[in-house]
Amino acid sequence: MISTTETAVTLEVNGTSRELRLDNRRTLLDALREQLELTGTKKGCDHGQCGACTVLLDGRRVNSCLVLAVTADGSTVTTVEGLAADGTLHPVQQAFLDHDAFQCGFCTPGQLCSAVGLLAEAEAAGEALDEPTVRERMSGNICRCGAYPHIVRAVVEVAS
Amino acid sequence: MREFGYLRPTDPVEAVRLLVGSPEARYLAGGTNLVDLMKLGVERPRLLVDVSRLPLGDVTPTDGGGLRIGALVTNADLAADPRVRAAYPVLSQALLAGASGQLRNRATTAGNLLQRTRCLYFQDTAKPCNKRSPGTGCPAREGVHRDLAVLGASEQCIATHPSDLAVALAALDAVVELLGPDGPRTLPVTDLHRLPGDRPHEEHRLLPGELITAVAVPPPVPETLSAYRKVRDRASYAFALASAAGILAVRAGRVTHLALVLGGLAPKPWRARAAEQRLIGAPADEASFTAAVEAELAAARPLRDNAYKVPLARNLAVRLLCDLAAKGQAR
Repeated sequence: MISTTETAVTLEVNGTSRELRLDNRRTLLDALREQLELTGTKKGCDHGQCGACTVLLDGRRVNSCLVLAVTADGSTVTTVEGLAADGTLHPVQQAFLDHDAFQCGFCTPGQLCSAVGLLAEAEAAGEALDEPTVRERMSGNICRCGAYPHIVRAVVEVAS
Repeated sequence: MREFGYLRPTDPVEAVRLLVGSPEARYLAGGTNLVDLMKLGVERPRLLVDVSRLPLGDVTPTDGGGLRIGALVTNADLAADPRVRAAYPVLSQALLAGASGQLRNRATTAGNLLQRTRCLYFQDTAKPCNKRSPGTGCPAREGVHRDLAVLGASEQCIATHPSDLAVALAALDAVVELLGPDGPRTLPVTDLHRLPGDRPHEEHRLLPGELITAVAVPPPVPETLSAYRKVRDRASYAFALASAAGILAVRAGRVTHLALVLGGLAPKPWRARAAEQRLIGAPADEASFTAAVEAELAAARPLRDNAYKVPLARNLAVRLLCDLAAKGQAR
């Protein structure tokens, strides 16, 4: 590992290997948006409080604003752009459409990635998801429009 | 954010060597607190020693029947561990009461213990703060202190320690395992954090360069039940206004074992030793729980806007103990 102010890293983003030379200060969020031009992931508070920047890092949902990109070297990243496979929406994306689970849409990419991560967590633990549980576990994603009831219904539908 | 170098050592001894040799270096694990503080300009390291890939990420049984939690076990993984859920409900509940799913996937056991206060003045570099810049003063005493400490604070600092996990570990008599330049040593969790006194910038008892490698939890005390309860401004994803971790055993209506720790009230997890001593052998009922917790809280020194925390913590702790006692009788 080199000790300068820049570091070369390799990330597998949405199934594609990407090599980047990064300022050590660059967050994963900024690397995705500014260097890889994947602007689906949104910058909200930039302090881990709103969840707009949620992506799946090695399969787990994280706040990409609090991950220094250099630390993710060798990891896989799935952003909202990588959820749909072969032109077919991810079931969570479809459920959001079916339930009208958004208004302005700014928080939606983070909500989608968080919901996909949450469903995987529940599946790994063999847990059933009801509305109160989904509400609590999605609480790291803030929606200023207050679209929560429809978001929760969409996630519960996919869970069942 | 100031520019910094980045190193990723592969073994703990190398990590310690790197940190000891670099006065302005910091260990980086999950980053959920340190990266945030770097963005705010509160932390300005010249070197990050990334310890996140060291082999310290497992939960293993100890010879004595307890668990050794690697420093890098994430809060999510620890909360979900079947052994933790079965034998240490207070630990699992405390972890799940903290932060969000995203943060729990990154935050680590050691990082959680060493996270910094969320006092607004500490986080705002435009404001004076004795913890961040010793000797500059504490505007919180006269300012916004609704969330801040009523126990163990000083004229210089009224910050609270924000961890839920630390409160549960203090109740469990967990021991922190450390690696320093002179080798390993251990420290009880209850001795890890310091009260501020006139040196609020010295928050813990780690020596320079020391790395937390694990936290060892002793086996559950027989016949005890445990739980964690937390009060906050919203139902989820907020720091505690007050919290309590309790581990209780009752036989023939009397308390035979008690560990009680209060969170959100002090600069460290507040082990309620006075209440514990009063209650051992005492009737396990609401009246004696109330008297004991009130005796503990007699040390509280609230300020203008945080006096509500005293009855809040009393009611919370008494209700927790009553519920544990009732649950013990029912089983």
